[in-house]
Parts: sequence; C-alpha cells; structure tokens
Amino acid sequence: MSTRLYIPRDSSALSLGADEIAAAIQAHAGTTVDIVRNGSRGMYWLEPMIEVVTAKGRIAYGPVAPEDIKGLFDNDFLNGGEHPLRLGVTDELPWLKKQERLTFSRVGITDPVSVSDYVAHEGYRGLCKALELAPAAIVQEVTDSGLRGRGGAAFPTGIKWKTVLGCTAQQKYIVCNADEGDSGTYSDRMIMEGDPLVLIEGMTIAGLAVGADQGYIYLRSEYPDALVVLNEAIKNAYAAGYLGDDILGSGHRFHLEVRRAAGAYICGEETSLLESLEGKRGVIRFKPPLPAIEGLFGKPTVVNNVISLATVPIILDKGAAFYRDYGMGRSRGTLPIQLAGNIKYCGLVEKAFGITLRELLYDYGGGSASGRPIRAVQVGGPLGAYLPESQFDTPLDYEKFSEIWAVLGHGGIVAFDDTVDMARMARYAFEFCAIESCGKCTPCRIGSTRGVEVMDKIIAGTQPEKNAKLVRDLSDTMLNGSLCALGGMTPYPVLSAINHFPEDFGLQQHELAA
Amino acid sequence: MLSEDLLVEKHIDAHKATPGGLLPLLHSIQDDIGYIPEHSYKLISKALNISVAEVHGVVSFYHHFITTPPGQHVLHICRAESCQAMGSTELEAHAKTVLNVEYHQTTKDGAISMEPVYCLGNCALSPAVMLDEKVYGRVSKARLDALLTSSRKPK
Repeated sequence: MSTRLYIPRDSSALSLGADEIAAAIQAHAGTTVDIVRNGSRGMYWLEPMIEVVTAKGRIAYGPVAPEDIKGLFDNDFLNGGEHPLRLGVTDELPWLKKQERLTFSRVGITDPVSVSDYVAHEGYRGLCKALELAPAAIVQEVTDSGLRGRGGAAFPTGIKWKTVLGCTAQQKYIVCNADEGDSGTYSDRMIMEGDPLVLIEGMTIAGLAVGADQGYIYLRSEYPDALVVLNEAIKNAYAAGYLGDDILGSGHRFHLEVRRAAGAYICGEETSLLESLEGKRGVIRFKPPLPAIEGLFGKPTVVNNVISLATVPIILDKGAAFYRDYGMGRSRGTLPIQLAGNIKYCGLVEKAFGITLRELLYDYGGGSASGRPIRAVQVGGPLGAYLPESQFDTPLDYEKFSEIWAVLGHGGIVAFDDTVDMARMARYAFEFCAIESCGKCTPCRIGSTRGVEVMDKIIAGTQPEKNAKLVRDLSDTMLNGSLCALGGMTPYPVLSAINHFPEDFGLQQHELAA
Repeated sequence: MLSEDLLVEKHIDAHKATPGGLLPLLHSIQDDIGYIPEHSYKLISKALNISVAEVHGVVSFYHHFITTPPGQHVLHICRAESCQAMGSTELEAHAKTVLNVEYHQTTKDGAISMEPVYCLGNCALSPAVMLDEKVYGRVSKARLDALLTSSRKPK
C-alpha cells in the first residue's frame, strides 16, 4: 500500500518550489507514494510544507528544500521518522490549534478539486439544508448569522440578499468578487486554491436563496493558479450533479463560470466590476440604483466577496446561532486575517472578532521579520489607515476600528519596521490612486496626481507645514467628493500617516485631524 | 489577410455570442498572440457591434492588455505595500539596473519585458515577482538574478 502525502498546490507554496519538491519526491519514491496536492495550511514560513499520513495522524515537515529530500527518505519520513524538519502532528501545532477555523475548516486538509473528499469533510451539507428551505428562510438564516460583507464594506449579507429576493425579474445573477487587489490580502486566493468547492457551494446557496440561476466568479488576472483550480473544481461539481440544470435532482438549476479580470484595482468596486463583466471599461456607476436592484446586464444581482460566500455553507449547515456566537459587538463570526509584510510568521489566522492587533502581530506573527521594532501597521489594504504602536491594543471589530478612524477591510495586516518612511508611504497611497483611478470623478482622478506632487514637495523639505495643510485640504475634498472608496479612502493612509508620524513629514508637533 | 487577423477571427467566433464577451475575447487573443494587435480592433468592433473607439477604450483601460509584442519573458515586480515593507523598492531598482530598462519596456535583446504589478497575493512571502505565469516569493536580488539568468538560457 502506498503512503499518502500532501504537498500544497497553493500558489505561495509554489512560489517557494512546492512543484519541484513534489516532482523530486515522486521520482524518488515512485508508486510507493500517493501525492495529494492540497491547499496551504497557511503557515507560510514553513512552506513548502509536506504532510505524511501516519497512524498517529498527519505529520508535517517543512520548510523542505530539494536538498533535504534524500535525508527525509533516509530518516524514514514516510513513517513519520525523526528529522530536523519534522514539525509534529499538524493539527497539534499551536499556531493552528489556537485558531477558530470555520470558513477555512477544510483548507489545506482536503484535495481541493475532489468532490468526494469535500463531501467526506462535511461539504455540501449546507446546500442540502438549503434545498429543504424556502428562499426567504435561507435569507433569514444568513441575516440571523450576523454575517457582514468580508470584502471590506461590512454590509450585512442577508440584507443584500433580501433586496434581490424581493425583486421580480426573470433573470437574476450571483456575482463573486474575486478581484482581491488589496496588498496584504490573500485569503480569497487561499480559498479558491485550497477549497474552491466551498465557494461554489456558497454561490449555489445564494442562487437558491434569491432565485438566480447564473453565477460568475470575477477573478483577478494576477491569480493564474487559482483559475486552474477553480475551473477543475467547477467541472467536477458539474459532473457530480452539484451544478447544472437539476442540482441533486431537486429541479433547481445553477450555472457557474469564471471570468478573468484584467489588472484593474478599481474593478474590485462592485459597480465597476459589473461594468467589466459586461465587457466594458471598469468605470464605476452612480448608486442608486443599487446592483441588488439593477446589477449585471441591468438585472438584480448579488455581488459578494469570496469569503462572504464561502462562509455561507457553514452557516446553513450549523445554523445561524452557531456562527453568531463567535465575535464581539456587531462583528459576528470569524475573520480570516492575513499577516503580511515585515512579520516573522506570516500566514492565515482565522479567529473570532475581538482578537487584538498586538496578539496577531506578536503572539501569532512573532514580531517583525527583520528583528527591528514594528513601527506602523496598515490594516485593510492600500485604502486602510496606518496604525502606530499606541493603537495595537485595538480589538478587531468593525466599530472599534471605525472609532479610531481605521478600517478592517478584507482583514489584511501589513507590518513595517522602523526603517519605513511614512511620507513615502503617503506619497505611494496617492500614486496608487492615480494609477488605478477609473477617471470618472475629479477628486480621485486629479486629486491623486496633485497629492503626489504635494507629497514630493514635503519629501524635498519644501514648506512642510504649509504643504501638509494643503494635503489635508485635498484629502478633505477627496473624502467627501469622490464617488467611490478609491478616491474616498485614499485619505485614510495619507492622513493617518501624517497624524501618527508627523516627524516623517518634517512637522514639529502632532496636530490631529479635524 | 494577415495571419494574425485569421487568428483573431478564430477567437472572435468563439466569443462573439458570450454575454459581456469582450474581455474573454481580448484575453484569448492576448493568450494566443501575446498582445492585442491594434489592427484587430476593426474586426472586433464589427463582430461585437461596438465602435472601434469602444474597443480601444477597453483595451487601454486595463493594465493587463498590451498592444505591442512583449519580450520573450515578462517579469512582473510587485510594487504594493507588503512587498515594499520587505525591500521591493531596492529589488525594483536592482532589476532596472541589471536589465537596463524602465517599467513597460523590453530589454534590448528582446528577452525580458518588465511590468509593475500591484499585489500577487503572495504577501506572506514578500517581496514577490511573477515571471511569465509563475510567482516567486522571498525574492532577494541574488534570487532575481538567478531567475533572469535561467530564463535566458535556451530551452
């Protein structure tokens, strides 16, 4: 009998040579091993991490380099043998064990494209429940769970669905926003590469709930590996009767297709995404009408982020109360948090809302990768505020973050050590906005470029006080006058950098934002 | 008719009935030919019943689409915050020096085009680059040099 091994096909694991490791092990062991290409467990400093199935459970080894392979075989790693890279039983590793993995319950554990493996690990139980419920009851369950949009806007998912359910239209759509463009975020990618069937199931349930029979996954073009895995998983779901004209013999139909984006950050904004799906420039639309009422091709459309949709199956399976019991305040359930940038142990931490930044940065992250003090942390992508050390005790909660003029966004945390120049980061925020602006509104299109110019003066030391005031005025215009979050939130990183790190701008005293 | 036009026609046939099919069409042209030839705009506009200006508008809006042939290999360097926190600015400067190009340019020997990218989702392993369709993590200057050297080797 062959020994089963797990070697991730997650693109970050591949970026450190997981394919080469898999090929070398296969060449060495031949038919004595059965290699499953799983998702990543999310402990990226240990990638490429391989797991061997033994009587004691799955034993992990990592990070494995090609030159380690001979030694692993010599030490009988196929039977869990001792080796300097042996990490122990994967599920017992404290970093994983302390987490509360609900949305990520299968990522790294199953074969991502195997429907039978998915079903064997509690997959499609949510859909089976949903098939027994009336549409309004499904929507109620999602509403009661307290799930809010994980893309960043945190709008209650159930309310959005209710609006679409309430529209009478021949055709409705479910659109998954998989244009995960925020720096420091990769949880969507991990789901799509590590457990794509949970997303497919979530979208199918959404279709049943609102009466939509066509879904699109709008996937960023920077994720070629995710595209391959998603398409394989969709093909297998069709073959097993979980997608198509008659889902599991229920008479319900749902079709699903992946559409590739083309490298425009703005297309993560839902109306711009819909324009792009219609084959147009990704220029944002005025709201109203809401996409829920007039969305894709003018039809009622649910637009949800990957994580929101991938969380729906467990809510249907275990009930709204189960999910709602996690979290704090009005932030219910769990958030898959992504540690990135200058952090020693980068990876995916799924925890209930309420964990503090400090716990994430130090208990999970182990401090900076460089060994220098962490000076600033950007939470929530390129439009998120920079937080100084004095705010690290803020619990992860939408409202608590809002109180300190920050956002949780998609749960990405990027740490910088004390070598960072915050004036340059503020300049970059404007520059990024200028590169990615769709051009529809003036504050964003022109304001971003003027912002870069003023920041250049500040960086050159030209009248910093006067120019900082100009940046504040400009930010005020962008905040209040932009049509969408790109122009409207670029001031978050800019002003938070000025407010918390005035010394980097050549400013003498802390002058707090009005 | 140019041979490229024949290829474009083939892709148009495959996508013209697709709802919102312009992006899928442009992707399949670029995947096949390596770029979107500007003289194909007319064919596309006719088949999809939109103006040439609209085709141009869409192609030029998206960073991913290019209208001139790229080098044999395309190097994307991530410029986003997470990679900046791990030294991508120095990596970017190094790449510009060794390749002697700026962004959106191709080396003199036609081997490598260099493009910026804003996040590859490899933020746990910053700094990241993508060479053709393969992502690389924790890319030091030495690792980048090795990558570039091996990509230039005849296969």
